[in-house]
Amino acid sequence: MLSGAAVSVSTAQATLSVGLDLVEVARIADSLARFGARFAERVYTQAEIAYCETASGPERSRRYAARFAAKEAAWKALGLDDRGHAWHAVEVVRDAGGRCAIALHEPLAGRAAALGARSLSLSLTHEADYAAAVVLAAREMSP
Amino acid sequence: MPTPEQITTDIRNILKEHARLAVDALTLADDADLYQAGMTSHASVNLMLALEDKFEVEFPERMLRRRAFENIASIRSAIQELTEGR
Repeated sequence: MLSGAAVSVSTAQATLSVGLDLVEVARIADSLARFGARFAERVYTQAEIAYCETASGPERSRRYAARFAAKEAAWKALGLDDRGHAWHAVEVVRDAGGRCAIALHEPLAGRAAALGARSLSLSLTHEADYAAAVVLAAREMSP
Repeated sequence: MPTPEQITTDIRNILKEHARLAVDALTLADDADLYQAGMTSHASVNLMLALEDKFEVEFPERMLRRRAFENIASIRSAIQELTEGR
């Protein structure tokens, strides 16, 4: 949100593209305070909301902020420039061990497949004031 | 039903409060690209929710595209469509 970048490098088998996004936690907290559940429901899936709402206070806002950054970073890694509203199409999912990953839903999943995207790797972090996400997309090399 | 001028004025005021533009929303051209003017995707969500509150509408999925919020004129068209017949 505050910054972002996407670069690509090629390996023998795939093109790797990275997307980065940095979010100011206070701005997400402000949206949650101002618009309440409407903001959360427009941007996040029910599972994401359920996880974020198991925290309270600043930690709750940081979880929402980190997931916002992840959605933006995924769009950037895929090289799609029309991000901005299909928020539910990018979901941060957690496995039993708490490891986070990106799950794509329609209408984005089909577009990502058409772009040759084989996998997306996610790294999330947050400090008190900022949350950030990096998504690495591996795409099949064009013949 | 609000006039196009009233809708435009309300949109500009909401933009000024929520869009965090690098330019003055009150004097921005109707066809100026809001994303080029500095609106982030997060700000566009806040803008959408504030517009829903002001005009008592809900943007349907089909309108939730970047182009619908691209400039003041496109937002006005969406609002007019959603408030038509009131």
